[in-house]
Amino acid sequence: MATLIDLATTPVRELNAALHAPDAEAGAWRVLNPRGAHAVACGIRDDLGVDIEGHVGYYCAGMNQRATVTVHGNAGTGVAENMMSGTVRVRGNASQSAGATAHGGLLVIDGDAAARCGISMKGVDIVVGGNVGHMSAFMGQAGRLVVCGDAGDALGDSLYEARIYVRGAVRSLGADCVEKEMRGEHLAELAELLKAAERDEDPGEFRRYGSARTLYHFKVDNSTAY
Amino acid sequence: MEPASHGLRESATFDRATIHAIQRAADTGIYDIRGWGAKRRLPHFDDLLLLGASMSRYPLEGYRERCDTDVVLGARHARNPLRLATPVTIAGMSFGALSAQAKEALGRGASEVGTSTTTGDGGMTPEERGHSKHLVYQYLPSRYGMNPDDLRAADAIEVVLGQGAKPGGGGMLLGQKVTERVAGMRTLPVGVDQRSACRHPDWTGPDDLAIKILELREITDWEKPVYVKVGATRTYYDVKLAVHAGADVVVVDGMQGGTAATQDVFIEHVGIPTLAALPQAVRALRELGVHREVQLIVSGGIRSGADMAKALALGADAVAVGTAALIALGDNHPRYDAEYRRLGSAAGYFDDYQDGRDPAGISTQDPDLAARLDPVEGGRRLANFLRVMTMEAQTLARACGKSHLLHLEPEDLVALTIESAAMARVPLAGTDWIPGAGL
Repeated sequence: MATLIDLATTPVRELNAALHAPDAEAGAWRVLNPRGAHAVACGIRDDLGVDIEGHVGYYCAGMNQRATVTVHGNAGTGVAENMMSGTVRVRGNASQSAGATAHGGLLVIDGDAAARCGISMKGVDIVVGGNVGHMSAFMGQAGRLVVCGDAGDALGDSLYEARIYVRGAVRSLGADCVEKEMRGEHLAELAELLKAAERDEDPGEFRRYGSARTLYHFKVDNSTAY
Repeated sequence: MEPASHGLRESATFDRATIHAIQRAADTGIYDIRGWGAKRRLPHFDDLLLLGASMSRYPLEGYRERCDTDVVLGARHARNPLRLATPVTIAGMSFGALSAQAKEALGRGASEVGTSTTTGDGGMTPEERGHSKHLVYQYLPSRYGMNPDDLRAADAIEVVLGQGAKPGGGGMLLGQKVTERVAGMRTLPVGVDQRSACRHPDWTGPDDLAIKILELREITDWEKPVYVKVGATRTYYDVKLAVHAGADVVVVDGMQGGTAATQDVFIEHVGIPTLAALPQAVRALRELGVHREVQLIVSGGIRSGADMAKALALGADAVAVGTAALIALGDNHPRYDAEYRRLGSAAGYFDDYQDGRDPAGISTQDPDLAARLDPVEGGRRLANFLRVMTMEAQTLARACGKSHLLHLEPEDLVALTIESAAMARVPLAGTDWIPGAGL
């Protein structure tokens, strides 16, 4: 049976303290009436399952470790920012900087994600069911970003080693981001990511984007790119 | 031949350094990247003097009467504020920019005198955590190596918006220093010329910062003091906004503050001097009614107990040293002069921290060079320096009749120049004139 916390009557601080407690009840937690509160269920470090029934504000599930957090609503800025491991799922849409700087784990956004989705990502896997906004995967260092819809301007600008898969249209590519050949191993990893995100798109419909690696060193030839 | 003795005259506009800079740009086609801080002459604490006690003030016996030095940082919201034995801390410097041995030495030296050291743009190493009694963990735009375990292991969190050497600029670490270990900690390809972002990736502006600070407090269960560090520019407004965003401590880094790698043009032409920024910060805190409740740490060109005493007298709660700490470890030491000269520099001039070939083993990732710095000996030297700074400041404070360093006040100061009087808002020596006062 799930542990029930109602944010209409319990402060977020008490919720987070309970989720951080060494003796936190393993298994399911249900959070009611989040009403756009910030920093809900952030800093968890255990195998907890947290279902949040409604919309959340900034930084929901920030720095998550091991937990599975599901938002049954929309998420504000920086959902699952700097996540290390575990799974965060947003049933609705996510605001900007979803999964920013995250090192690991899986972030699934069933709806759209706004600008800068996966900015400075460092190993996380992100699957977006809808579209992503401009500057997504900016300076992405590692991990995979899968976009089942369209991508906005400057996708993958100044990219390092993160890999990007987009099914729909890409409005424009950022500096040093190029389309790359979709080989067998990429189709296989994309199929795995889609399966993990419980999606049924055909991997064959996606295109792959990555870094051309021409900006890895300061050179006078790159002066127009800086 | 000494040109001046033959009547040759060097141009003040096109001096030798300027001529060399133009020639270098023409040769290479790329701007100059270097370490250190601003080298130009700036109004500084040397332009202020302390008024010792005489008839109207009562001095304390230099070797008999107490002059306490302890300071508490971050009690505004944090459950576990930092309690330091002396108000001089070690500024943020990254593993990557510095060797692991240097970071360990900084931790050892700071811990020996009961003060804090600070991580940098590259994460927390076991060496510095293990040897730092009080460790401040920087939260930077790049978030290199940022993880919640280290956040919880820290004693305080410093949200970095900028630094004095390059307000508005991101960091850089050239490929020769991005070794396997450094690259691994930063999740980057080995050998890449690393660029750090200049803006935080998941917030913009002071309203967002308030929510970010809330998140950091929630993740760490409201235990840790949260600092906000800014490079000195619009300091009055930045400090007010930092306080409104919920900072426990504000760190203001003036343009003399050091860097491991930045464009020379940035270092010399962006930001304001420490002396100009400090009174702005204090005015902001006073107007908000939180002076001494929100602590102010000032850095950028702090070199001695005199600098410390004057900064405290102007209203800072503590100072931080970076470049001076590296010099204490052995940076620019004359024993490396021959090697500095082989690199095109000289002892007392070396600023190529970006290059990774530091003969002193400090700003390098070369294992052979880094091995030259003994962390135990380096820590001892730094502790000596910090003790001397503290004793110097006590000497000056006692002369002013103060039984605690934090009792020093602006009334203990006068200025030697009109510029410093206007910036520090203390009278020109021998007058009661503060330029701009009452306007």
